[in-house]
Amino acid sequence: MPDPHAGLKPQTALGHDVPVTITIGAVTITERFDVALASLAVRRGRDKDLAKAAKAADLPLPPAAMAQFAVPYSAFWMTPEMWMVEAPFASHEEITAGLKTALGDTASLTEQTDAWVRLDITADNPVPLFERLSNIDLATKPVGFAARTVIEHLGTYLIKRSPTDITLYGPRASAQSLLHALEVTAKSLL
Amino acid sequence: MIINHPILGPRDAQEFVYLGDASLINRPDGLTASPAEMHDYVYLRDNPAGLHRELWYHEQGDRSWLVVTRNTVTHEITKVEMARDVARSMGRSK
Amino acid sequence: MSQSHRIGGGQIDRTQPLNFTFDGKSFVGHPGDTLASALLANGVQLMGRSFKYHRPRGPLSAGSEEPNALVELRSGARQEPNTRATVAELFDGLQARSQNRWPSLAYDALSINDRLNSFFTAGFYYKTFMWPAAFWEKLYEPIIRRAAGLGSMSRLEDPDDYDKGFLHCDLLIIGAGPAGLMAALTAGRAGLRVVLADEDFRMGGRLNAETYAVGDHSGADWATAVQSELVSLPNVRLMTRTTVVGAFDHGIYSAVERVSDHLPTPLAGKPRQTLWRIYTAHALLTGGATERPIPFENNDRPGIMLAGSLRAYANRWGVAAGDRVAIFTNNDDGLRSATDLQSKGVDVVAVIDSREGGTLLPGIRHLRGAQVIDSAGRLGLKSITVRGPNGKVETISANALGVSGGWNPNVNITSHHRSRPDWRDDIAAFVPGSGGPANLHCAGAAAGHMSTHAALKSGAEAARHIAESMGKQAPYVLPVAEDAPVQITPLWYVPGGKGRAWIDQQNDVTVKDIKLAHQENFTSVEHMKRYTTLGMATDQGKTGNVIGLALMAELTGQSIPATGTTIYRPPYTPVAMGALAGRSRGKEFKPFRLTPSHKWAAEQGAIFVEVGNWLRTQWLPRPGETTWRQSVDREVLQTRKSVGICDVTTLGKIDIQGTDAGLFLDRVYANTFSTLPVGKCRYGLMLREDGMVFDDGTTARMAEHEYVMTTTTANAVTVFRHLEFCRQCLWPDLDVQLISTTEAWAQYSVAGPNARNLLAKLVDQDISDAAFPYMGAGNITVCGGLRARLFRISFSGELAYEIAVPTRYGDALIRKLVEVGAEFDAVVYGTETLGVMRIEKGHVAGGELNGQSSALNMGLGKMVSKKKDSIGMAMTLREGLNQPGGLRLVGVRPVDPAASISAGSHFLPLGAAPTAENDGGWLTSKVFSPHLGCDIALGYLKAGDQKIGTRMRAVNFLTQVDTEVEIVSPHFFDPEGERLRA
Repeated sequence: MPDPHAGLKPQTALGHDVPVTITIGAVTITERFDVALASLAVRRGRDKDLAKAAKAADLPLPPAAMAQFAVPYSAFWMTPEMWMVEAPFASHEEITAGLKTALGDTASLTEQTDAWVRLDITADNPVPLFERLSNIDLATKPVGFAARTVIEHLGTYLIKRSPTDITLYGPRASAQSLLHALEVTAKSLL
Repeated sequence: MIINHPILGPRDAQEFVYLGDASLINRPDGLTASPAEMHDYVYLRDNPAGLHRELWYHEQGDRSWLVVTRNTVTHEITKVEMARDVARSMGRSK
Repeated sequence: MSQSHRIGGGQIDRTQPLNFTFDGKSFVGHPGDTLASALLANGVQLMGRSFKYHRPRGPLSAGSEEPNALVELRSGARQEPNTRATVAELFDGLQARSQNRWPSLAYDALSINDRLNSFFTAGFYYKTFMWPAAFWEKLYEPIIRRAAGLGSMSRLEDPDDYDKGFLHCDLLIIGAGPAGLMAALTAGRAGLRVVLADEDFRMGGRLNAETYAVGDHSGADWATAVQSELVSLPNVRLMTRTTVVGAFDHGIYSAVERVSDHLPTPLAGKPRQTLWRIYTAHALLTGGATERPIPFENNDRPGIMLAGSLRAYANRWGVAAGDRVAIFTNNDDGLRSATDLQSKGVDVVAVIDSREGGTLLPGIRHLRGAQVIDSAGRLGLKSITVRGPNGKVETISANALGVSGGWNPNVNITSHHRSRPDWRDDIAAFVPGSGGPANLHCAGAAAGHMSTHAALKSGAEAARHIAESMGKQAPYVLPVAEDAPVQITPLWYVPGGKGRAWIDQQNDVTVKDIKLAHQENFTSVEHMKRYTTLGMATDQGKTGNVIGLALMAELTGQSIPATGTTIYRPPYTPVAMGALAGRSRGKEFKPFRLTPSHKWAAEQGAIFVEVGNWLRTQWLPRPGETTWRQSVDREVLQTRKSVGICDVTTLGKIDIQGTDAGLFLDRVYANTFSTLPVGKCRYGLMLREDGMVFDDGTTARMAEHEYVMTTTTANAVTVFRHLEFCRQCLWPDLDVQLISTTEAWAQYSVAGPNARNLLAKLVDQDISDAAFPYMGAGNITVCGGLRARLFRISFSGELAYEIAVPTRYGDALIRKLVEVGAEFDAVVYGTETLGVMRIEKGHVAGGELNGQSSALNMGLGKMVSKKKDSIGMAMTLREGLNQPGGLRLVGVRPVDPAASISAGSHFLPLGAAPTAENDGGWLTSKVFSPHLGCDIALGYLKAGDQKIGTRMRAVNFLTQVDTEVEIVSPHFFDPEGERLRA
């Protein structure tokens, strides 16, 4: 982990110096610490201006309950007229400032990088794991599906990146509780 | 219960928080309303056995406020609207 | 007597012995056995004692309807009472014990109740234990509980895990008998997403218990073949050991899967049970039917069971419950039990058929127009007394009797939304009525289709209908199966007996009890149920209810449908509390939220307190401190003397942006924010629409169209919800956007005379008073470039700042602050110190923000701007909230500094009696102020603003505190605010 700020060492949401990967049977859980996040909300009546500016910046603005993946910006839908934008942390630590430059006053931008714990779950078939965690009907959802759901009482964004790759964004302060729920459930499938 | 969210489709009512009568949208202006008007807005609610328009908040979902038309006797839900659209249709703006 | 009653055939694996014990005695059974079938195979009929009379009892049934054979399974922490032996799957090493008996099952001291039965009739408890009232708790209740108990609990923590889960399907099929399997096959082939759930460990339902052919196979083999195909279909999910226990709104069903109950202990990591929440487009009830007995005198002896169950034990488990078997029936199905048993070589001594005339079974003594009127055998059936058509009475030696009074469709789940079943005379039973759960369909015996052919056909037809409604074709071909009509002449009970004839064997309700209820005018079915307790036991009256109301119908001269039925409610069968709790127990009851300084604080030995889901540092003991007060006093004094640091990340932070953000804040806050300059913050007071204070906090203007609001920790979620309501429902066209940033920033309060000196060592910019004045706010950098936010705000009354960095640096920042602060003897403090300092300063918080207090009550009346509309402004003006003499926030201190006061105390005038009329208000929050050296408190006092300087009593009868106090200004400390502007 680089240490750009004299004497201040960052910690992952799970409280480690480096992100961890945990494998339980066919399920692999990886903490991601290399993603910068910003929420983006369209200013009232500026939809067209935003769409134009976003296009110019290669920033996807997916429809409801969907995510779109691109470089450097990916995004998923949060609520009407609001998205979460993802970008590589190394190049976009100051993601809000960068987006502000691209989008001007068409959108409200809020740094969200450290509000969340991101856990990427990989499994040949993630359905048995998630049917014990969330009421989302994962099996029938298309790749690119993204929605907020409840996992172990926690409001958590779930993104289906591929049939075998699921991303969770859970509240950062409860990172350990979320991981614990994933771990005990994965163990119950062994 | 299942609430058929206008944008997200059917979602479990467990994800929602209930507020009550959708007449809460119809808030009088505090500077011009008479005390009686304000009193009625704050305290008086109908309590029908049958169709009821009520406010639900998708707190564990997309944070939309919805107006749900529900039969309080059977729990049948006949209509679900975005509260923002309902508010605008009632003439609310800024 | 090893398996003395085991006969040929059956779906058990005889190659594998399973050893088990019952009341300490060892027995052997086989895989495929239930505890009941294995005990019967070993010649054990006596399995329990009845609830009220402690009558010896054996199994009545072979399924989940069982009222009698309730046992305790396992030992130690896994001991589970009230398990039905008829559905407990046998495993090697199973320990089972009978219950509700002392000292032993055969000799039960409390069987004295049986002799005293005339005292224990319906309504006994209501009539007997009414007077004197004082006797109830001390005398009657303990005696009743000891005498009328069921099994006992281990009183140890359940060592097993319970899981929960969510399933989605087009069609949930409840029950895998012929109708359910045929429906699953039809719907599965049509491509529907199907979940097929069955409570048994073996699918097939009655097909496993019968000898009829289905197509070219035996019924059981056909069921196995269908399952093989279903397993191959990816769109079908088969769930055995899974009971659908309830139907809820909009197609949601709950089911309990017994994942590990058939094993000695769950496999590592596996739950014992899983509670499934199943979302369905359609559901199909194919739950079959339950046989009902015919009550006659002493019809509850071990060895007397349902005729279909007797047959099931023989056909499915290869068990003859007796070697001299009789059958008592009012319908043709009972005859099948006789022929099946006889074909298996069991001696069928007589068939007592209550119907007159008709053909006789060949090769069996078949008595027509006869009734069983009594039985003998205390611990097991020895003989039955039969009254023939001509009135002649004879005694027939028999050690097992199968009774068939007809079959009740299992309508239970169709009633979960209050639908009442319909009566059908032709089968003498209730069938599902209209108005059940939407999209719940019924087929097979559950719908009154009692033959195998009719079950298969109705299952297939229901599936086809459902598939077509979803736009899919679902052709099917039915295998050939028996199609015998129901031939029944109802006999609801055997009249004329003087003794007791049991209707509800689990709750010991007899024919006499129903008659007594009628005599005492408890004739409505709902009254009858509660007066007699009919159907109120754990079996919920599956075998007895219909008999009870048929009897009441007869007594009142009404028809059965006119008499009506009570309604079945969830759950269908008992559900363990653990399954409902799932993993939410103990430390996993709810998730935790950890603050950025948690790791550091834990290393320091901090004491944590739960605040909602947050774990906050409550105080940080230092070596040598033995009481919390020592730690808190030190933290307070050191902060006021030099500098203290506190993690305030838990306060809600809401980012509010948009060109109308200022206007929006003017409307949601009682005071004004649109005029706040960029780079400044202001205390905000948020009201509810009724004029009561909702929340408070500091809101900063970071840019022209960007504010950061802080809320109290407790209200972070509800304030955000409220703001979204205002934004979406009240002013939908305002240009304002909201998002929570609570967890994005690690925020620390740095307070005390040296606060600036400490921070100046970290902050890259000039933070002198001139450059960063009181109530300043802005973006800064620390430690050579890390972006951060600084707010000059104070909750303690000291010169104070709150500094925020991206949360990933929160741990590093607390360590840095402590390291740099060493030079100033900086102290880290917790929520207790926070509380002491805010009360010393007179800031309202939890105890004052009680949802019943207005701004005026809090002394903040002037903050409510009357120049603009805001939530709660109009109601603030109402007369009732503006009466002179209303409650006002005051400070309180004991006249004698050594005296203590307590929160919750009420104010009384000196010398006044402690009456409601003299009550002057109450103390909301109290702490010991190390600064003042005495207890201090805040409180709401009537006309408190005019009582400053007077004396009153603060009385708390709960804590036995009655102290003379002085009413003072709530600002105990630095009332002019010189320190925080320093």
